[in-house]
Order: sequence, then structure tokens, then C-alpha cells
Amino acid sequence: MFKDWFGSKSKYVTVKRQKEKSKEKKKKKGKGKGKGKITDELWTKCKNCGEIIFNKKLAQNLKVCLECEYHFRLNSQERLNLLIDEDSFTEFGEELETVNPLEFPKYESKLKKYQEKTGLDEAVVTGEGQIGGHRVAIAVIDANFLMGSMNSVVGEKVTRVIETALNEELPLIIISGGGGGARMYEGMLSLMQMAKTSAALAKLDDAGQLFISVLTDPTYGGISASFASLGDIIIAEKEAKIGFAGPRVIKQTINKDLPSGFQTSEFQLEHGMVDKVVGRKEMKDVLVRILDIHSLRGEVNA
Amino acid sequence: MPKDHLEFEKPLIELEDKIKELKQFMQEKDIDLTDEIERLKEKSERVKQEVYSELEPWQILKLARHAERPTTLDYINLICDDFIELHGDRNYGDDRALIGGIGKIGDQPLTIVGHQKGKSTKDNINRNFGMAHPEGYRKALRLMKQAEKFNRPILALINTPGAYPGIEAEERGQAEAIAKNMMEMARLKVPIIIIVTGEGGSGGALGIGVGDKIMMLEYTYYSVCSPEACAAILWKDASEAKTAAEALKLTAKDLLELGIVDEIINEPLGGAHKAFKESAELLKEAILTNLQEIQSFSISEMLEKRYDKFRQIGEYIEHSRIEVNDEQQDEVVNE
Ligand SMILES: [Zn+2]
Repeated sequence: MFKDWFGSKSKYVTVKRQKEKSKEKKKKKGKGKGKGKITDELWTKCKNCGEIIFNKKLAQNLKVCLECEYHFRLNSQERLNLLIDEDSFTEFGEELETVNPLEFPKYESKLKKYQEKTGLDEAVVTGEGQIGGHRVAIAVIDANFLMGSMNSVVGEKVTRVIETALNEELPLIIISGGGGGARMYEGMLSLMQMAKTSAALAKLDDAGQLFISVLTDPTYGGISASFASLGDIIIAEKEAKIGFAGPRVIKQTINKDLPSGFQTSEFQLEHGMVDKVVGRKEMKDVLVRILDIHSLRGEVNA
Repeated sequence: MPKDHLEFEKPLIELEDKIKELKQFMQEKDIDLTDEIERLKEKSERVKQEVYSELEPWQILKLARHAERPTTLDYINLICDDFIELHGDRNYGDDRALIGGIGKIGDQPLTIVGHQKGKSTKDNINRNFGMAHPEGYRKALRLMKQAEKFNRPILALINTPGAYPGIEAEERGQAEAIAKNMMEMARLKVPIIIIVTGEGGSGGALGIGVGDKIMMLEYTYYSVCSPEACAAILWKDASEAKTAAEALKLTAKDLLELGIVDEIINEPLGGAHKAFKESAELLKEAILTNLQEIQSFSISEMLEKRYDKFRQIGEYIEHSRIEVNDEQQDEVVNE
């Protein structure tokens, strides 16, 4: 339930301040300071081919292995830097704070740990910005925060970005990347965010507006079984793992080894579940082209 | 006598056995034991009241999974004056774990969809233990869209451990099937009543779970994941499932308090599996009462209420942007 407790924190006073904040973050671009697999050390070993890569070079190459094209995971900030035109991003929804509604054991400490580790409040960043000059509403699920799982705040922020797209008649882009599905710590409140976001997308669909869903590694469970699968156009980043049930659960259930290439982007393309598999370096270009074509709609019968 | 009874049902079953024994003894030996039998019957009722008035989440979960609980088809047969099962998703096949069809209660036509569990092991293999594949969800959607076309209200009966996690289910788009159903159910222009009759297993339940009213039978659960899975992931120990069952707040009572469920439908003392007819009667009454209420709204009111119902789910603290008055803030936003 919506609780409007007027808290004492007033960190996010104006939208303008957030603009400046995102500019500050921009400056870090290309300096190899990303979190997750790649640490502050100078070198990174490729998970796929074992190649030792100089971090600076890896960052310049958009975290794609120079040897084998393996796509390292991006965090939400790196993803925005990759896709959004420079200095055009305004973040919103930061005034929502996660609580522990079920008083679930150890939830607060888990949250704190991930907030410190990622510098994020929650597993999603939402806002508006431009892609190739096209204004869009955008949400990025960050897999580094509690496995990119959906809870009350993530569901609410995603719903609000859908509503913003609806109200301001903007194309909507959601970049999914979360293996955690609906977050267990908030029980049914998390599960119902799947219904909430899907219902909001029904309204956007009724209004005839564009929603591009981009699936990145990993997209599973409550995220794949809600907004991630509901795009007018669904794009999967190359070699991402995408599915409903996790491979371990499936293996346990059927008591058989899983075929190679199971639940990859390419598997999803082959089975008709995504429109296109796109490499990281081409991702922005493909989005711009879709937005370009889409911006021409309605001319035929004018 | 049930072959498959639960730990906490044992004292009850012992008492019931004793009563039977005495009755038989009385007949065989021609001795009057009426008083003794009456005394035991009273005791049995008392024990029953005690046991069922303070069930723990874990025990409720056991009842929800009880092999002898009425299935979707049991309820349909007891509630409906007529029902015709309709098969297939028109694309791939017919899922026996998620059934559907058209029927009537009195003069009230209904489209009914629901997970179907089996009665025996063999039957359960045939029904895939009530775990649907994508074609099950797509069949349900086909029938629900048909219901919209013919202006028939929809009843969805949920009873599944979850959507099936298998290779073929993934190949055919389990995630898309569930997501699509939620999106479409949010905007179908006919009343939708959802009732959890046994297990409400996560996304597999939610795939037919969006509607105007969500009700749960008294001894059922609805959860983001099974307590066993939750325990294995969070405590690295599946035997902590009892702890997880409590932490997840998955009982009807918990979910009514959280504002996720609208109503709890009482079960006869001892659980639905002890009295099919009585349970079905209670279910029917809840369906008709709620249907009447939903039908009192215009379609647009109904859809608005349905949207708001899901829109308001979620708990968080929203910090106001104080220090900036509305006018100033508007200026900043409109820059
Ligand atoms: Zn490599």
C-alpha cells in the first residue's frame, strides 16, 4: 500500500540538481571505474576466452572482449552512457525509499550492502533523455543490485516511467537485466508488481505508443514474465541469458542436462521470442533507427 | 478414511477411528455404548476446533497441497448447472494442466479457466501436477477473449505449484505467455473473478490472476516462490521451509492484511477436502455475490477500479520534495 510518509530527507530538491548529478557521472565515462566483474585493478581476465585485457582498453571497447567479443555486464550508469545522448538524461523517481514491509529477516542489511556496493538506492534507474535526438522515457534494471530483482520500489518506478511515457507521449524503452525475478524479501508485494507494470503497459498499448524492450544479461523470472516480454519490439543483446525459469531449477525438475546454447539471446531469436539480436556496439544505432522510422508514423493518411 | 493425512490431523483421525471401532463393537456384541460414543464425538469436535483455529502457515500450506482437496473440475461440477470443457490454444496444443470452458450457474453464463491437478499419481502425471505450459496460458487467453466477445464474466480458479520449468516450456515462451495474459486481463471488458482454491504458485498463478476481485479459500496460500525454494536460496537449507513459510506472509489472512486479497472464503471445519459439497456451496455464494457487485459498475468504472487495485500495491516511503513550493517546482520541471 502506498504510504505517504513525508520524510525528513529532501536530497532531491529539484530536477535541475539531478541533471547536474548525471553530468558529474558522465565525466567518469571511459575511465574503467565500472563495478561488478571488472574491479579497480588494471587488468581483467575474460570470463569466456581467458584473455587478459587492460581495463582502459576494455572500457573503450564498451566492455566487449577485444579477443572474443564476450559482452561483460554493464551497470545502469554505463548502459545509460552507452545509449543516451550526452548531457540529455534527467533522472526521476529517486524519492522512493525501500522499506521492509514483511519484516523479513536480514532484508535491511542486504539492502544496505547492495546500496553501498552499487551506489544505487534500488535496482532500477528511470528518467528521460534523448537517443539520437529522439526524446524517450527510459528505465534500466541494474543486475548488480540484489540480482536486479523487482520489489515494490522497482515496480513503482517502472510503472511511473510507463505513465510518464503515456502522459508525455514519449516512446518508452526499458532495458531489462535481472536474474532475481520478483524479490522474495517483499513476498507477494513483489510478485504483484508484475501485474501492476503489465497493466500500465496495457494502457500505453491502448494509447498506441511505442515500447521497445531491450533484454540484457540476465533476464529471468518476474522481469522476463512481465514488462520485458511485452515490448512492441523486443531486442536482445548478443549472448545474453534470457528465460523464465533459471537453468538450475529446470535441470533439477527434468533431471537432464540442458542443451548447449539454451536460453541465450540466439535461442530466443530461433524460437521466435525476440525480434532481433544486437551486439553492444550496434545497440544505439539500432534504437535510433527504430525511433526514426517510428517518428514517421501517421503520415500515410494525413 | 483418508489414506493421506497430515501430521496435525492425526489426533482427529485417531478419535474418528475409535468412534468407528466402538460403533462396530456395539453392533457385534449388542452392548449399549451410546454415551461413550457421544462423549468421543464431542471430544472430536472440540479437538477439531482447537487444531484448526490455530494453524501455522506451514500447516495451511500442507492443507493447500492436500492430495484430496477438491480440484478445479470438482468445483466446476458442483457449482455449475452446465459446463462444457473447451480445448486447445489453436497454435500448439492442449494443456491438460490448465483447463477451461463455458458453463452456467442458474441463468448466469460464465467462462471458467483454472489449473487442474490430478487425483492419483497417474492422473497427476497426465495433468503435469497442475503446472501449465505456455499453451495452457494461451488457451486461457483465447477463452477469456471469447468471453469478452460474448459478454460473459470470467472465473479463474488458481491451484498450481507454479508454471512448469522445462526445456519445451522455455522454447515456447513461458515468460511471454504469462506476461501477455496479465496485460490482457487488465483490460478485458468483462468482470473477472479470481479465486485461489489451493496453491497460488508465483507467476504460474498470476498468469490467470489479474481481475476485479481476488479471493482465497481459507486454507490456501499465494506466494512469490515456494517456501522450500526460498529456504534453499536464502538460508541455503530447504529444511528451513517452515521459517520461510512464515516470513513470506503467504496465507489468506496475511494477504488480506497486506491488501492484496479482497476476501477470504471460509472452508468447512477440517478443510475443503472433508466436505466437497459444502465448500462448493460457499464458493458459489462468493462468486455470485461478488459478480453482482462488479456488475453494478459501468465497464469503464470496472476497468478503472481494476487498474487502481493493482496500481496501489507496493509499500515504500515517498519523500516529499519539500523546501520547493509547487510553483517553483513547476518552473524547474518546465525549463
Ligand atoms: Zn574474451
